[in-house]
Amino acid sequence: MHVFADQANFDAYVSGFLWILKLTGAAAVLALLLGVLLAAFRVSPVPVLRGFGTAWVNIFRNTPLTLIIFFCYFGLFSTLGLSLADDLDLNNYWLGVVGLSVYTASFVCEAVRSGINTVPNGQAEAARAIGLTFFQTLRIVVLPQAGRAVVAPLGSVLIALCKNATIVGTIGLMESSSVMKDLINSNGDAVIAIFAVFAGTFAALLIPTGYFFGWLANRLAVKR
Amino acid sequence: MSTSNVLYDHPGPRARIRNAVLSVVFGVGLVALLWWIYRKFDEAGQWEANLWKPFTEAKTWTQFIVPGLQQTLLAAGTGMVLSLAFGIVFAVGRLSDHRWIRVPSGAVVEFFRAVPLLLMIFFIFYGVPFLIQRPVSAFWSVVIGLTLYNGSVLTEAFRAGIRSIPGGQSEAAYAVGMRKAQVMRLILIPQAARAMLPVIVSQLVVLLKDTALGYIVAFPELLQRGVNDLAANYGNVVAAAMVVAAIYIVINTLLTLLANWLDGRARRRAFRVSKQAAPSSNQVGGPAVVEPQG
Repeated sequence: MHVFADQANFDAYVSGFLWILKLTGAAAVLALLLGVLLAAFRVSPVPVLRGFGTAWVNIFRNTPLTLIIFFCYFGLFSTLGLSLADDLDLNNYWLGVVGLSVYTASFVCEAVRSGINTVPNGQAEAARAIGLTFFQTLRIVVLPQAGRAVVAPLGSVLIALCKNATIVGTIGLMESSSVMKDLINSNGDAVIAIFAVFAGTFAALLIPTGYFFGWLANRLAVKR
Repeated sequence: MSTSNVLYDHPGPRARIRNAVLSVVFGVGLVALLWWIYRKFDEAGQWEANLWKPFTEAKTWTQFIVPGLQQTLLAAGTGMVLSLAFGIVFAVGRLSDHRWIRVPSGAVVEFFRAVPLLLMIFFIFYGVPFLIQRPVSAFWSVVIGLTLYNGSVLTEAFRAGIRSIPGGQSEAAYAVGMRKAQVMRLILIPQAARAMLPVIVSQLVVLLKDTALGYIVAFPELLQRGVNDLAANYGNVVAAAMVVAAIYIVINTLLTLLANWLDGRARRRAFRVSKQAAPSSNQVGGPAVVEPQG
């Protein structure tokens, strides 16, 4: 544990996990909004929108996140000159958020869509029978019930997102996995302690999150 | 696609006009968006022929893309075989009657599911050489990392699969005098594996995508060879990334189609357990629930 007694190392450890939390937070919000919108597209009566949603999901769900993040940096930033912030770290951070959200949105979309599938047909039929439009049916009747069914899948998407945030280290943000790599390289005698601290922090963060979402899903489940 | 028919009525004359108008409006918007993206790339000179010309030359494919793809498939294949073994062993461990086997297996699986794959690969690639006093190859650090993570995910899938098999199966096996190990090996695992086949194939998609993490530890897989090294020679990073992305998308789409076909087939005929058991097994481990990663 002497590695973390050094103030500089400890600060690096803390800032690494702060980056992870910031990446997760921003990307989670964006991916949720984008994912629900895409899911609405995919069940809409307009074929163009359905096609757009399907194309998005098929493209981004099947591309490795590493490639997407790589492209955000070398493609969007270096080649096309898209700069999201003046500060170097902040720019990489926002490029990472863009990559993570675009990728995660496709999983959110699929989770929400399968949630919509769990709502019995009778619900939407009854909504239509009393004259609700497509948007009213979706907003008032179907999505609230689907939302309860997707708590557990969205929970695992969130957990995966938090773990995936480490990949943003590829484009030079000093998040926790890059910090761990540096600490291991400079402290070869304390490899196991360093790994235990970093992996343990992730486990301490994510295992309770998993149980929390399981509990929440049970609590919110629609009794049928 | 039953949902799309339930959420709105069969369009009448007015709805049909409205849908047509919306289609045109959004279609124009979409084309405008694509045009804008095209223009942006054009301004940066990304459509110039010399950037795309390498893809018409055999050398590009034989020296960069195909060897990279081979390494990717090799890592994914090895990782899949090992994670299947890991998954079966730990699923049996978690279902054991002995607490001293059950609890540690559960802890191992929970731990590896919670630790990011990249962290694990870094530990194996940079950390383990300090412990064993010799280097670990990038290939094995990627494969071992993939095995630990995907094996843990498959453990949960197998456990759900084994649990979804009706109790009558193992009761009958015990009644004809089989031992616990025989029941597991001859009765439960074969049936669970069959029911879990779609999950296993869709996990293969996750695994294949995760091999791209090898790029970070300089493992010469598809992203490393096809994008990084190729662009270092021709300076066409955007073009190369698009071509390689297309390769990943095609392979993964084919695997997803295979998983869906297997799923449909399993639902249609095989696995003649009671109809009540089937939906619950799908809820726990259906393709939609598999965690995305990397």
